Amino acid sequence: MPLLEPGHPSDDQPPGIRLEVAHLAFAGVTLFRDFVLELPGGRWTCLLGPSGVGKSTLLRLLAGLLPGAVRSASDGLPLRGRIAWMAQSDLLFPWLSVLENAILGYRLRRAPRALLEEKRAQARVLLAELGLGDRLDAAPATLSGGMRQRVALARTLLEERPVVLMDEPFSALDAITRHRLQDLAAELLVGRTVVLVTHSPREALRLGHEVRILNGRPVRLESPLVLAGRPPRAATDPGLIALEARLLARLAGERTQREAA
Amino acid sequence: MARALVVAAGLVGLWQLLAWLTGAPPYILPDPLRVMRTLWARADLIAAHALITVGEILLGLALGTLLGALAALVLAASRRARAWILPLLVISQALPVFALAPLLVLWLGYGMASKVAMAVLIIFFPVASAFFDGLRRTPPGWLELARVMDARPLALLVRVRLPAALPAFASGMRVAAAVAPIGAVVGEWVGSSAGLGYLMLHANARMQTDLMFAALFVLCVLALALWFAVDRTLARAIRWQPETPHPL
Repeated sequence: MPLLEPGHPSDDQPPGIRLEVAHLAFAGVTLFRDFVLELPGGRWTCLLGPSGVGKSTLLRLLAGLLPGAVRSASDGLPLRGRIAWMAQSDLLFPWLSVLENAILGYRLRRAPRALLEEKRAQARVLLAELGLGDRLDAAPATLSGGMRQRVALARTLLEERPVVLMDEPFSALDAITRHRLQDLAAELLVGRTVVLVTHSPREALRLGHEVRILNGRPVRLESPLVLAGRPPRAATDPGLIALEARLLARLAGERTQREAA
Repeated sequence: MARALVVAAGLVGLWQLLAWLTGAPPYILPDPLRVMRTLWARADLIAAHALITVGEILLGLALGTLLGALAALVLAASRRARAWILPLLVISQALPVFALAPLLVLWLGYGMASKVAMAVLIIFFPVASAFFDGLRRTPPGWLELARVMDARPLALLVRVRLPAALPAFASGMRVAAAVAPIGAVVGEWVGSSAGLGYLMLHANARMQTDLMFAALFVLCVLALALWFAVDRTLARAIRWQPETPHPL
């Protein structure tokens, strides 16, 4: 049975993305002003920053879900149809089984029956890999939060889109499962343009080619922290642990600055 | 179920007690035993009329639900249609059905058609308004997900909005099932030659109060059975949305 191929199978090369937001405000509060984010193609960019700074909004801007931003792909082609998005909440459909939720995209695009069957076969293997092999026919309401998050992850991976946007995809998982799924995601999404929003500096450092810190209002973007080596990096790597300490200090420093102001 | 029986027994006991205490003659307030005896003795007559009323209610429920659901879909699909149809809907409800009943009988005759039309008028609105409400309150996250997935417009409706609106539709259906008998019986009162409503009027005019109560009793049982059947069917169809065990 074919598991998803690591990397990107189609000839649609994952593009870099440039996002420009001239001005975006919610309820009179300016969130973004003259904001530019450049995402390198085929690499993982991890976004860190305090809660409420606008990370999820940034992801939704990238997904094309909010007006007010200009998105452009490095290959000049439209981004429509090339993005998979995993929101912070799992967004599972309660009336569909775990398996059918995992292939939701193909159902909503009215894929031909043969393709649906192929995707179901892939989904069975992937869900088994994610520890849900015996819950394929279960209703989402009967699953734990961590299980639901894994179904949402499977749904996102099965889209096989060149650009993948994930909002805290591992937040509801226990430490062991999280570690395992980070490895799995890094393997399956190698070579794609990935944006990962996370609260965990360690997660960012394990998985990212670049780490970007967001802070302030309107949001400022710190210059990228470019990481050497190939993700997923070992959590025990002493270099990584040292970096984590520095990242934490930077994040904490911002907080004290904010509180002082 | 046991509780329902206890409640029913309690109500019958209260009725018996009232009959004793007031000492009212049977043509004012017949006691339960007398009504049951009449029910038994005139079972054929009552059943024949009940069958007519049940037919009117079920036809009205089916047509009213269908039309209500269609109206909700049209309202949800087109903003322009909403601007035109919504006021009409409200006007149709502002006119009391009781006032329309004589007209409907005049136009559609003494037969079943006018009663079905009455039931449809009553059922249509709760179904249309609840379903429309559900259709326009799809959780935004699901719509956003579908958008990023490039859902086809028809798939968005059939596979996201419709199932998401089913619980709201079910609320409308429950109200409809509860009020459906009203339409049919009002129609029968205004002008008819058959049905439980007709039988009650007929018995009333002849001081056969026990027969009237027997017909009323059967109507009550039918209405309850209808409501529970609809409730169960809906709960089964929307099993993915389990009830909260302790709502309060």
